[in-house]
Amino acid sequence: MNKIAYYPGCTLSNTAKNFDLSARESMKALGWELDEMPKWNCCGTVYSLASDNLINHVAPIRLLVRAQEAGHDRLTTLCSMCYHTIKMANHLVRKDPDKLEKINFYMEPDPAYKGKVEIVHVLEMLKKDIGFESIRAKVVKPLNGLKLDCYYGCLLTRPKEAALDDVEQPTVMDDLVKALGAEAVYDPYLTECCGSYHTVMDKDVVADKAGRIIESAKKKGAEAIVTSCPLCFFNLDARQKDIAAKTGRAPGLPILYFTQLMALAFGLGPEVCMFDLHYVDPRPLLKAKNLM
Amino acid sequence: MQGFPLGYRPVDEGGILKPANERIHGGLLAKVEEISGEKVFRCMQCGSCAAGCPMHDRMDISPNQVWKLLQMGEVEKVKESKSIWACFSCYTCGVRCPKGIDLARVMEALRQLLLRKRRDYADGNKIPEETLREVPPIAIISCLRKLSG
Ligand code: SF4
Ligand code: SF4
Repeated sequence: MNKIAYYPGCTLSNTAKNFDLSARESMKALGWELDEMPKWNCCGTVYSLASDNLINHVAPIRLLVRAQEAGHDRLTTLCSMCYHTIKMANHLVRKDPDKLEKINFYMEPDPAYKGKVEIVHVLEMLKKDIGFESIRAKVVKPLNGLKLDCYYGCLLTRPKEAALDDVEQPTVMDDLVKALGAEAVYDPYLTECCGSYHTVMDKDVVADKAGRIIESAKKKGAEAIVTSCPLCFFNLDARQKDIAAKTGRAPGLPILYFTQLMALAFGLGPEVCMFDLHYVDPRPLLKAKNLM
Repeated sequence: MQGFPLGYRPVDEGGILKPANERIHGGLLAKVEEISGEKVFRCMQCGSCAAGCPMHDRMDISPNQVWKLLQMGEVEKVKESKSIWACFSCYTCGVRCPKGIDLARVMEALRQLLLRKRRDYADGNKIPEETLREVPPIAIISCLRKLSG
């Protein structure tokens, strides 16, 4: 069994346990243990764009120090926001040794970060460490006949320093679901923002933005949307209640994490998917397709 | 002074030639450039940022107008706009800009001008309990980090 240091972040340990568990189990089936770091802190969730204030980069850099301390040269994560924030902060201190030195001074008595830890998303591992052919070989229950819209959102692919794929036309999740036997539909809204943190202050914005994405997915014939971000998941799933209140029509489109699809296709059973955490229940669809 | 585009025209202040952006509005524009790390006069008004912005419909000053107004020294006007709070740093404008400049950073700088003066947009104490219970932790943390100081 291969091992990689894993940073779950606060949301995967909280409202997105379905993402965390399905990821751990399906990665195990692929021969990779997601080894949770013994000590971790919140990454800060957003990368600060103010170039004159370094304090906001301390949280993600401290995480990289924790990984470095444990002797890891790679760290993986699943949440798009964590991935983005850590990767951008890592990029910043690698290209600017002055800033790294200042942050290191501030973090004392923590050991200094040397800039050597690589942050990789699980999707990158699937593509590069494992490969879609090996993934296809593990499938025992192909997702045949399932039409999926892979939605990437903002932070996995933008800006280019943070991108794990093409900034405008990413394909990694599409390639994954195809390897699992599903059909990927093309949706032009694949990298459009879902409304992000406005979900706290202004549900109406999210009802608009997420509503547009869902509507487009349905027009393209998708039966579910696939995501890799717990905030996109919430905005697309639970905010369907607010979309219904606003438009008078409930979209009723299930939202799934890519890891749940892997778990189903690898025959790990619906237990690891924790579908009871979903607002729109995906089980009727999955049953109709004989996937559970 | 012919040969200089409007914004770049240097002025003679006690023998020192200063670019326009440093003298406008008591250095506020220079502050925006310092915080954002972007040069506002690089914008050529092609409109690509506005065309791709998913929050365009919620803004009172559109993305390309933000640049134009800054070039004209109207920092106050942009600073008091709805647009800076509507922007959620989705980075679409930046990746599509043919000049390689990033409005997300300028929007952040403008928010920072207010947040650093304790003009918060979000108040953690006013988030309804129902919201606190339903949204994921990353939503609350990012909202408060972006919209309060
Ligand atoms: S895309 Fe770039 S050059 Fe074009 S208007 Fe926007 S900021 Fe200016
Ligand atoms: S980062 Fe802000 S201004 Fe730029 S496209 Fe996104 S919401 Fe619009």
